[in-house]
Order: sequence, then C-alpha cells, then structure tokens
Amino acid sequence: CGRQPGSIVGVSNHIWQIKRQEIMKWNGWGYSDSRFFFNKKGQAEFTGRRYRLSGLIIPGLKDWFESTFGASLQHKTPATVSPILNSSAVQPPTLNEAFVEELKSTGIPLSHDAEDRVFRAHGHCLHEIFALREGKFGRVPDMVVWPNCHNDVVKIVELACKHNVCLIPYGGGTSVSSALECPPEETRSIVSLDTSQMNRILWIDEKNLTAHVEAGIVGQDLERLLNESGYCTGHEPDSMEFSSLGGWVATRASGMKKNVYGNIEDLVVHVKMVTPQGVIEKSCQGPRMSTGPDVHHFIMGSEGTLGVVTEVTMKIRPMPEYQKYGSVVFPNFEQGVACLREVARQRCAPASIRLMDNEQFKFGHALKPQVSSIFTSFLDGLKKFYITKFKGFDPNRLCVATLLFEGDREKVLQHEKQVYDIAAKFGGLAAGEDNGQRGYMLTFVIAYLRDLGMDYYVIGESFETSVPWDRVLDICRNVKARIIRECKDKGVQFSPLSTCRVTQTYDAGACVYFYFAFNYRGLSDPVHVYEQVEHAAREEILANGGSLSHHHGVGKLRKEWMRDTISKVGMGMLKSVKDYVDPNNIFGNRNLL
Amino acid sequence: MSGSFRDPVVLRSDDEDLVDVLEERRHGSDLGFTFRTFSPPSCPAPSVSSSDLRQSVLDSLFLRHVAKEVAVETGSPLEMVMGDARSILEEMSQNLQLGFIRLMAFTLTKVFKKLFRSIFINMDGLNTLQQAVQENPVVLMPNHRSYVDFLIISYILFAFDLPVPVIAAGIPLAGMKIVGEILRRSGAFFIRRSIGSDKLYWAVLSEYVRTIIRKEFAPFEFYVEGLRSRTLKSLTPKLGMMHMVLEPFFKGEVFDITLVPISVSYDRVLEESLLAHELLGVPKPRESTAGLLKATRILQEDFGSMFVNFGCPLSVRSLCEGRIDRCRFNLRPRHVPQQPSADVQACVSWLAHLVVRLQEEGSVIGPWSLMCCQLLQNPVHVLTGDGLDWQQLSDGTVWSRRLAVDCGARLSWSGSVSDPDVMTSAAALHRSVVQRRRGRVYLLQGEEPERRRPIGSEDGVMRTAAAVLMLASYRNQALHVFVRPAMLAAALNVTRSRRREQLLGFFCFLQDVFSHEFIFVPGRSTQDFEEACFYLKKCGAVNIDDQEVTVPDSGLEVLSFLQKLLQPFIDSYQVVFRFFCEDGPQVFSEKQLLPAVRQFATKLILSGELHTYEALSSDTQKNVLSALRRLQAVTKLRASEQNEYKVNREAVRRTADVLAGKIPPQMLQATPDARL
Repeated sequence: CGRQPGSIVGVSNHIWQIKRQEIMKWNGWGYSDSRFFFNKKGQAEFTGRRYRLSGLIIPGLKDWFESTFGASLQHKTPATVSPILNSSAVQPPTLNEAFVEELKSTGIPLSHDAEDRVFRAHGHCLHEIFALREGKFGRVPDMVVWPNCHNDVVKIVELACKHNVCLIPYGGGTSVSSALECPPEETRSIVSLDTSQMNRILWIDEKNLTAHVEAGIVGQDLERLLNESGYCTGHEPDSMEFSSLGGWVATRASGMKKNVYGNIEDLVVHVKMVTPQGVIEKSCQGPRMSTGPDVHHFIMGSEGTLGVVTEVTMKIRPMPEYQKYGSVVFPNFEQGVACLREVARQRCAPASIRLMDNEQFKFGHALKPQVSSIFTSFLDGLKKFYITKFKGFDPNRLCVATLLFEGDREKVLQHEKQVYDIAAKFGGLAAGEDNGQRGYMLTFVIAYLRDLGMDYYVIGESFETSVPWDRVLDICRNVKARIIRECKDKGVQFSPLSTCRVTQTYDAGACVYFYFAFNYRGLSDPVHVYEQVEHAAREEILANGGSLSHHHGVGKLRKEWMRDTISKVGMGMLKSVKDYVDPNNIFGNRNLL
Repeated sequence: MSGSFRDPVVLRSDDEDLVDVLEERRHGSDLGFTFRTFSPPSCPAPSVSSSDLRQSVLDSLFLRHVAKEVAVETGSPLEMVMGDARSILEEMSQNLQLGFIRLMAFTLTKVFKKLFRSIFINMDGLNTLQQAVQENPVVLMPNHRSYVDFLIISYILFAFDLPVPVIAAGIPLAGMKIVGEILRRSGAFFIRRSIGSDKLYWAVLSEYVRTIIRKEFAPFEFYVEGLRSRTLKSLTPKLGMMHMVLEPFFKGEVFDITLVPISVSYDRVLEESLLAHELLGVPKPRESTAGLLKATRILQEDFGSMFVNFGCPLSVRSLCEGRIDRCRFNLRPRHVPQQPSADVQACVSWLAHLVVRLQEEGSVIGPWSLMCCQLLQNPVHVLTGDGLDWQQLSDGTVWSRRLAVDCGARLSWSGSVSDPDVMTSAAALHRSVVQRRRGRVYLLQGEEPERRRPIGSEDGVMRTAAAVLMLASYRNQALHVFVRPAMLAAALNVTRSRRREQLLGFFCFLQDVFSHEFIFVPGRSTQDFEEACFYLKKCGAVNIDDQEVTVPDSGLEVLSFLQKLLQPFIDSYQVVFRFFCEDGPQVFSEKQLLPAVRQFATKLILSGELHTYEALSSDTQKNVLSALRRLQAVTKLRASEQNEYKVNREAVRRTADVLAGKIPPQMLQATPDARL
C-alpha cells in the first residue's frame, strides 16, 4: 500500500480483527458478551459491561413481555444449534482457482473457512437470523477477502473482472434489506469483500473542517478517533456501533442527529469508489458544484451494485460543548405529532427529537432498570401520580417525546426553553432528562431484545418510511391496524405488538419507524407469516403516501416496489448506469434493480 | 293476531334468531323504556360535540380551498363565501341530543304499537353490529320503503343500547314545524333536493359527511337508493353520497369503513295508495306537520308486521382490495378536490349496487307478495270482473312458495298456522285492494283521487291502474328473487334457442334494457346468468350441459310463471319504444314525456291493444328513458336547460326489435357502461 504511516491520524485498533465472530454473535445481534436473559427468579438481566444497562436487573420486563405477547417463560425456543457453528452444514466453497492463485500472489488476506463465510452471508433481517438459529445456511460466499487499502481493492476488482468472479462488498453487516444475501441463482464463485481492515482516518483538514477516512471504518471508531482530536461527524445511525462508513454511503444512511449535522448525503464532500470500469471520483473538493447530475448520487444508495466505496472525505465539526437530554409527555399521540410538526415548521428541532407512541412508551417503561434508592422510586411514583391523576393524562393514550440538545451551553438552554414552550401549547409536560437519555440508550439495546424474544416464541422486526406531515397520523394508525388485522387473518394466535415512533422531522415530512412482533406459538411457518405481514404493512405504507424506505434501503427485500416507486424511466436510468459501470455484473448482489 | 308470525319459517341456512322489538314494549313500561340508562359501547375515538363537528368542517382545508375558488369565480369576498358556507351548514346540521332520542323513542313506541303487530329484527345481525361499531366507522344503509322507516333504525339502536346514528334526510322534512327540529335533534341532517352545480353546497355537504366518518362522530345512516321507492322495488343506487362516505377510506383517513346493508320489509306499507297515485302522476303531498297530524287516522288501521334485517357488516377495505390504487392520492394534498378516477368510480358504483343487492337478499317476503305474483298472472279484466277462484289463488301461491324457496328467498310464512289461514289473514290485511266473496277474489278499484279536471273515460283506467299498481308493488317485493331466472325464461321464450351462448347474449341484453328496472351488480352478468341457470335447474325447469339449456315438459309451468312475471315490464317497455318511434317528438323534456306516454298507453289500453296497466307508471317510463340513454338511443342535449332529450328513432326501433326477438342482440351496439 502506498500509504505513509506517519500521516495517519487514527487507526481503529479496536476489535475489528479479521475474525469478527470471535467477539460477535454469529447468529444474533451484537457482542457475544452482551445479551438479555431471564434469571432463575424470572427477572430479566442484561449481561456484559458495555452498556449502561449491562449487569442490571430489569424487573418490569417479564410482566410486560408476558402480557404483551401472551408469551411464557415456560415455553422456550432456544437456538437449535450451539453457539459454535457447525461447519459441516455449510456447503463447500465453489472456488475459481485461477482467481484464487492470482489473488494469493498479491498477499491480500483471504479465507474460505466456513465460519468466516457464514458470518458474511447475511444481514439482520428476521428471516436471516431465524434461519441461522435453526442452523440453516443457504448460499453463502465462497471466499472472504480483507483488502487493507484502496489499492488492494483496485487489485481485487481487476482480478474479479478478469476471472469473472462475483463480488459482494461487506461492511458492518447490519443490513436489514436482504442486501447481503447471496443470490441463490449465482453460479460463479462469490467473494465477500470485507472492508473492515480499511479503517484509518487518513487526514483531518481543520481549515476546511473535513476528514478523509477509509470507508471500512465503523461508526463508533470514527467518532471516538475524531473526538480524540476534538471533532466529530455527528453522524449517529442507531447501528453506529457496527455499521461502516462505506455502508452508510452505499445505502444513503441517516443519523439520529441529522437536524444539526445532516444525513450522509449532506456530510459527504468527496467519495472514491472502485468499479469494474475503474475508479470514480471528483477532481476537487468544492462544497457544491453545478456539473450536471451529481455523480455522488449514483454512488450513494447504489447498495454495492456498482463498486466498492474505499475512501470518503466527510465534513467534521468541533465536538459540542454541551449536550442535554430531555423528554416531554403528551396526552396523546395526535398532540405529540402536532407538536413535532410545529417544531419543524419553526425550524427549531433539537439535534434529535423522537416521538414514541403509547405502546412504545409502555415498552420503554418496562425496560427501566431496578432503581437503587427508595427516593428515586418515590419520585417516580410522584411523577406518575402528577401526570395521570393531577393532569388527567390517560396512561393508555399518553405518549412521550425524547429530545437531545447540542451546542454551547447558553444556546442549548435557550433552545430547550423554546422547544418546551411549543410543547406546552400542545399539552406537553416536561418529563425530565432521565427519560430522554434512557430512550436513546434503548435504541442500542433494542436489537438485543429481539434475540431474547426469539428464545420464547416471539419474533419481530422494525421497518421505516418517510411521509409528508399531513399523513403522519393516518399512516401510523393504518399501518398499525393493518399489522394487527393481517396477523389475525394469517392465524397468529396472540395479539401482536404493533407500535411506531416518529424519529426524524423534516420541513416537509417525517420519518416513521414501526416495530412489529408477535408470539408465533401454534404456527407451522412463523417466518413466512411474518414476511406476509411485513409485505402487507409495506403495501399499506405505500398506499398511505409513505416512501419505500427512508434509510434502510431497498436491497432485495423491497425490490418488487422499485418500479412503482421511481417509474419505468427511472428504472431505465439506473439500469443503464449499471450496464455501463458493471456490464458483467461483477458486483452481483442483485440489490435494488 | 300478533301470534300469527310467532314462528316464522326462515328458509335460510343461517341460524337466525328473530326478535319482536314491540313484544317487550307491550308488557313493560314505555316511560321506563324511555328513561332507562343508555350506555352504548363507545366508538374508539373520543366523543365530539355537534358544534365541534361544525367547527371542524368550517376550519377544514378542503372547505377553505373551495371557498377561495368560489370567491375568485364569483368575485365576492372570501369572508362572505365562508359566511354562506356557515349558513349552509346551519341549515344542514344535525344536533343529536339524548333527550330528543328519548322523546323519539317514547313517541315511536306509542305509534308503532298502534300500527304494527310486531317489529321483527334479527338478533345475530344486531350482535355483529354491536361488535362493528367499536372497530371502524359504521355506515348504516337501509332501504327506504315508507316514511315510517325513517327513524326505525335509530329506535332499534336506542332500544339495544347501540350508538344512535346521524341520518341523511331530504330538506322538506326540515321544513316541518317542530317536527323538523325534533328530527334534527334525533340525528337527522338535511340535504337540499336539487343541488345541481352549487359548488359551495357540495363542498359543505361532502366535508360534513366526511368529517362525521373521519371522526367517528356516530354511525352514519343514509339511503343509497336516494329516495323512497314508490314501487317497493329497489332503486338504482345514487352514487354522490356513496362517494363522500367512502372517500376517507380511499384517502387513508380511516383504516376501514364498515357498511351495513339493512333491509326493511312490510306486510303492508302505510303509503300504499298514495304511492300508487303518485306513480300515476298525482303529486305527492308536501311534507308538513299538519299533514302528519291529519295522517294520524291511519293509526286505526292494521299494517301487520315490519321486518328489519341487519345484514352482515361489509369491510370496505376488503371489498376494495385490488380494485382501487390508493397510491393515486399520494401526489396531491388530500384536501385539494380531485375528479374521481375511473377505477374509483367503478368501485363506488359496484359497492353501491352490491349493497342494494344485499338489501334485497336480506328482505323478507310475505305470503301477500306471492299472492300478488299469482294475481297478476291473470288479465286485469278478470280480476275486476268475474274475479279469481280463491282455491286457484291459494294453490298457486303455495306452489310459488316452493319456487321462491328454491330460488333462495327469505320468507315469513308461519309454520304454526295452516296455509289457508295464512293466506286468508294476508288477504284480510289487504282488504283495501282485494275482496274475497263467495270463493272468489276481486280487485277493488280505488276511490276516485281528487282531480280538478272533468271526469272522462280515462279515469276508469286510472282507478283500475291504481289498484293494479298496488298489487304490482307487493309483487315487486318478491321480484328480486325471481328476476334472474325469469330473464332466462324470457330468453328461452324469445330467442327460441337452446344454445347457452345465445341465451347469455339475450340475457345480457335484458340486463342492459332493464338496467334501471332491476338491480344488477356491474360486471357480474355471467355470474347472474349462471345463477339463473342454477336456480332453474334446481327447481327442475331446465336441463343444462356445457352447450345447451333444454326444457323438459315438466319445466313449462315454472317457465311460464316466470315469463309472465316479466311480461308486464317487457310490454311496458315496448309501449314506450313504440311511442318514441311512432308518436313522440324527436326532442322532448322529461316533464312533457311522462303525460304524453301515459296518454298514449291509456289509449292503447282502452282500445284493448295493451293489457298491462303498469305501462302507466311514471317509474317504469323513467326507467325506460334511463335505459335508452344508456344504450345511447336517447341523448341529453347539453345546451338545454330544461333537461331536453333527443331521440334516435332507428336505435330505439332496433332495441324494440331485439326485445321482440326479431333481430339478435349482437346487432345492438351497447356502449360500455360508464359506471363499470
């Protein structure tokens, strides 16, 4: 590699060894040491030491879990395979010997070990994880390569073209769109191109406030390293612990604090991508250009179908002086949405503002860790009394917004007041920093909860959309109702959890997240039922004016709706780009089109 | 007497449970009933007051949008237009109040007990309704046969602790002193009859309706037939209100809407004679409180029983699945008015027709309807002259009961009383029309209706016609059961063909011609034909294989009965066709047409050329006009202000020839129905 070691600002020597599965679950979410379980007393606990919730007991979870899903701790469905993968169940690799030979001569690390291949054969869709837990492996990559830098990628792509090998780029593996699934009809050798070793910050430009970063870097490392220099990108998708910069670019990711820092398309100044036709990049780093359609927008959202993003120049900001969480309780969801709309109208949204519906509010409540002092629990009781009895909020209707303010202290306090004043007009009551902070913490542990549910016959998933303001309430109501009705029609024996939250506000609309889970006892093919319901829910979203995706992307899961979404001509445009850039379909993950 | 319907033969597979609402009222205290605790299961949404409802209509973006357009078009200031909107809304709005519901319940209890022996309702239907009101906005869609049924649904819902509906009513009712206000406070809201192109009025009305649905203010009740049927036959549904009601679903403003077809049937209709005279051109008396008080004399009469059947709730969402692309509403703000697209129009029309068909299926047929079917098989001069042998009538009726059952009818025919007693009792109930004397039955000619002009020879015809039309309307109550098999019988008779294909062709032609006479769900011709085949086969009238429909000798009786049921319609249509081809002007208005056709038909009856008096019915005449318009044999002149029409005589003649079997139906170019 032609890189000068001295110029490197930061290297994430964190955990991203080549063998990622050594610290991460191969058939569930996140770190191996962190998981929920019900202890002997039937209380939920979260293991490990990585999160604020780690090592704590969550007394309310069991009751919530049992009453919401009709589940029981007596009815267990542990993963049928041991935590260690049984490699004999994985089909032997189809290798392109000539390719392997030439690649070996370059010295780029590679492997066709079953564990490495299975680990990179999936994202985190329900059906993918469910199959893994049952020990079922479909088509998996035949080989994994770990390029160390841009030039390594260039070599790999050249060889792949020469030997007609299918490449599937792999970043953090957090996809929820079946984007990483190997097309079963692919007969060529499939090589997973793992970008995790390209994880350096190459330079920081403090004059222009930009940083040039290798695309394999994972979100938490990027932030940590920049913080060491007093900067941040402010890009914080919920998956930032594991998702990579290249993945963000390839899927048009969105971060929690986009109100201050912008989404990925606002943050990217320059991108380098290796394609079968060569390297694409712009010649300068001008902040805005009028040079025809922006070629960055062919790259952003290309979902690995055109090439591998190797390096990105990103905007950075000085770290905020002050951060403050907050929360507001509203008497009902309608009022909450009206408040968010008003905040958006006045363009005074805090770094993050999210509105949970009543079911999620209750869910969040169930996840409160055991309080250590009688005083705290007394305070909690008092708060509850004040809100439900004194203010007359119906506990079965109220909902809560969580807030995060960032900036210099004075401005934050001023901003905070402005937002709380607006909230008050919609009947909102400030409900403290704790509730807010816990709300955000939960976004990181919620994915672990799905694994817990899967131990007890409960499966679920989240999906998202973006929608104009005037339709937010309608889409939330209709999609939730559709989920419930479809579950009933499909023979689900227990009423499902069907809940939503508004997670982002824009001038012209909002991003809405749906969570959906159900107890599948009594169903012979729960995943199929799940998929039918999710499909129906997506149809409902589209019929109510919602988009196909706000930030999860299309992958293969939502491909069928692309044509209706972007029109026939739009499809033709994308296809012609693909045909030019990658005529032999080397980047053959078959996403998007 | 009230026991005679105690044990109705419900000839349907469903396990139903008929309950007499009046039974309890006859034993319990009316005051106790009126003032009992009323606690209906609440709709999911929080309750809204009537004035909140009005305010949100006035505040709606839709109304503001239209008001701005109107202001620009008329040059008046926006405030004035909004002021107009406010007064329209004031005139229209209901003001539902529990106190008045109680008053209404008290009064109606008194009235109903006088008028009816029983009011039967199906409890299972009511139970499913109870479930439905808690889930989605509910639209109650009864048929309308008599003024009496205006508040019957509210009365029943009150009696069974269900939320009382808001009801769409014609504005004349609002004009009644005191009564209008009582109706308003019982949940009625009032719509002008001829709205025409009054944009603002449409806007206020449609937003008002949509707001009620959206907010789930109360169940919404309206007559999809648009008005009271003068003939006791279902009317072609009106689509305006249906569009308004369904739009919140199309636009995703509610998750689903539940439609509940409700069928109200009577042993004897209060207005029977008034209706017959209206059909003959005697204007309907204006709705007035004084008139209502005058009408109290009918309280002395016996009207038998009333049947209210709550149909199975229909989910609009499920029904529209695959018929509507809801995404089409994505690219415009939903408050901006948008012409309904073809798929929406077709779907709304289909749903409306479907509901009317379900109303028909839910309605109950009494022995009297079957007796009228039999009576009208005989020439009128026999009925008025020598009379019909009672035994022959009752044998025929019992025979047709079997046929009706085979064709899927719901009968109310007591099993605990002997058949002759049932029929005797039915005839007695209708002694104003028929008289039984020395083993024979005679048709009674009505009293002379009040006329200003001098009495002529034609008045005799009118008097007979009034009586015939009364019989005909009771026959009409049963017609929906027989109409499809009868059309097949007519096809067999007219085409003299056995080939299914040809029969289907003629069957479809009849559906086109009778599109306004009977209710056919659009796009279901083939299924209707199959249904007709199925029923005729079931009762042994025909044999059917892949290619052919053949008639065994044993089937002739059924076919002849069915054919004769339809004959008056065919004859009446031919008369109107003939009028257009021979006598009529090439350009005419509806106002001129009706008296002219009536005169033409009267002449033919007097000369003995025409045997059916039903040709005199203005309803039939209007239906012919609508059918001809649909077949494009008559076109409306666009420029004309008085609704003038132009006749294409050649096209009318062709239609007449097909109907008479002179040329095959393929010759006729029926344009695709815009409503499909």
